[in-house]
Amino acid sequence: MASVTLSEAEKVYIVHGVQEDLRVDGRGREDYRCVEVETDVVSNTSGSARVKLGHTDILVGVKAEMGTPKLEKPNEGYLEFFVDCSASATPEFEGRGGDDLGTEIANTLYRIFNNKSSVDLKTLCISPREHCWVLYVDVLLLECGGNLFDAISIAVKAALFNTRIPRVRVLEDEEGSKDIELSDDPYDCIRLSVENVPCIVTLCKIGYRHVVDATLQEEACSLASLLVSVTSKGVVTCMRKVGKGSLDPESIFEMMETGKRVGKVLHASLQSVVHKEESLGPKRQKVGFLG
Amino acid sequence: MAMEMRLPVARKPLSERLGRDTKKHLVVPGDTITTDTGFMRGHGTYMGEEKLIASVAGSVERVNKLICVKALKTRYIGEVGDIVVGRITEVQQKRWKVETNSRLDSVLLLSSMNLPGGELRRRSAEDELAMRGFLQEGDLISAEVQAVFSDGAVSLHTRSLKYGKLGQGVLVQVSPSLVKRQKTHFHDLPCGASVILGNNGFIWIYPTPEHKEEEAGGFIANLEPVSLADREVISRLRNCIISLVTQRMMLYDTSILYCYEASLPHQVLSPGPLPSSLICELLCCLFRDNMHISPILSQHPSV
Repeated sequence: MASVTLSEAEKVYIVHGVQEDLRVDGRGREDYRCVEVETDVVSNTSGSARVKLGHTDILVGVKAEMGTPKLEKPNEGYLEFFVDCSASATPEFEGRGGDDLGTEIANTLYRIFNNKSSVDLKTLCISPREHCWVLYVDVLLLECGGNLFDAISIAVKAALFNTRIPRVRVLEDEEGSKDIELSDDPYDCIRLSVENVPCIVTLCKIGYRHVVDATLQEEACSLASLLVSVTSKGVVTCMRKVGKGSLDPESIFEMMETGKRVGKVLHASLQSVVHKEESLGPKRQKVGFLG
Repeated sequence: MAMEMRLPVARKPLSERLGRDTKKHLVVPGDTITTDTGFMRGHGTYMGEEKLIASVAGSVERVNKLICVKALKTRYIGEVGDIVVGRITEVQQKRWKVETNSRLDSVLLLSSMNLPGGELRRRSAEDELAMRGFLQEGDLISAEVQAVFSDGAVSLHTRSLKYGKLGQGVLVQVSPSLVKRQKTHFHDLPCGASVILGNNGFIWIYPTPEHKEEEAGGFIANLEPVSLADREVISRLRNCIISLVTQRMMLYDTSILYCYEASLPHQVLSPGPLPSSLICELLCCLFRDNMHISPILSQHPSV
């Protein structure tokens, strides 16, 4: 992860600030930075989203391809995650430097989606045991400004909301050979329900308190963090501790409660923004990368 | 808890909105500036095929017969006498390497450094071994440029008691071209905080120290908690500076102070390092209304 070096006095200033509930940029402990979300930015994907959280910039593209279902789940499609930490985010990611972080984030995404209710995989099935839709979710880290996991999970949810999978029909011949027919109308597609897709809330322990949405400087002052993956109803799907420091069981409980509370508000805001964007229709002005 | 999520808004250039008359001559590398050969070449230009061509992206400035191109976004280029704020990256044999946002790391020699208490003596071998006790990797210092080497590396010195290690505060990193050259870069703002505007773009905001009698060069680190009122002032100043920077306005004590005063009636502190573009515009329009003097405005390149 990109890190900044800070002097002892700067760290002391940040820790005391967190204690008084007034962080360096004026936020409280449970406040997020301003988030900018835009979907449908990449034209040759089935769905895409770009999220800017302070200085953190994430681009997610979802491509739907046909594949064979897994042997143990013949009636379902599946998702594949791949995270690319680009060297333009920070010089540490040059060459193979970003691979470790990329695999860590991808594994976390696999874990939080590894349950029956996050995404309804049965809608991705075309014909059992033979064909299904595989959604390849590619995450690109453009800039690293702290709090990567939250931004990535928001972008993945927005991209899945934006994904349009073409509607196909399976036709059977007299001999029994199957043919897959694509619908003529290019706008006839199925959408995924992202009601239960979870989002990650990272809580960093700084001093004796914890903060939500830490910047790079605040992450340098924290020894331990807790990643909580929360759905819109406040259900925790997965929890993970990162960092070399230790956490008290009581603080883990408090952080989890904060994560659930913050997660519900996060989901509500994201829902309202993506619905508002969709209501603007195809005539909305896309800002994209040159805005 | 506050959570603001919104759709991105395309940014409009400030000059378009305010209807500026003076059009800057903006060039990119490779553009022809002029075919007249009577001009002297300044920085950022070169002569090729009987015409003057720009080598950096920026605005053309002309002083009598000298044409130069002032780059919009550049690394810090040291000049003797500049005040800089830097971060120690390495501790070497008789010197420290300081990061100052320039092309090469700057150098702070042990002999150019003030000893605690302001002693003046020859540096011995024990001083060399105790270097890490004075300044470690990650420490912030304020220093002055003593000399510039031929390869562009800058040599610093802290030979006055007002320079030295910095204590508690907030560092904001901006582009060096936005810091206006002034007589003094150490300002004690009346709102309750002090600011050091480094020429290299590093801006240090810190609570005004109460005792001014002995400035020991900062070696006695004051790690007491800063009061909540001071913290609010510092956070507000930080957000003001960042909003001025996003609108590409020059930074100096008066501009920061006007921005601070214009932001006072607004909601305490905006959630996030960048206030929403509406507040940005409002603050910069208010600022322009207050500052009727245009020479400063015509100096900075607006995009």
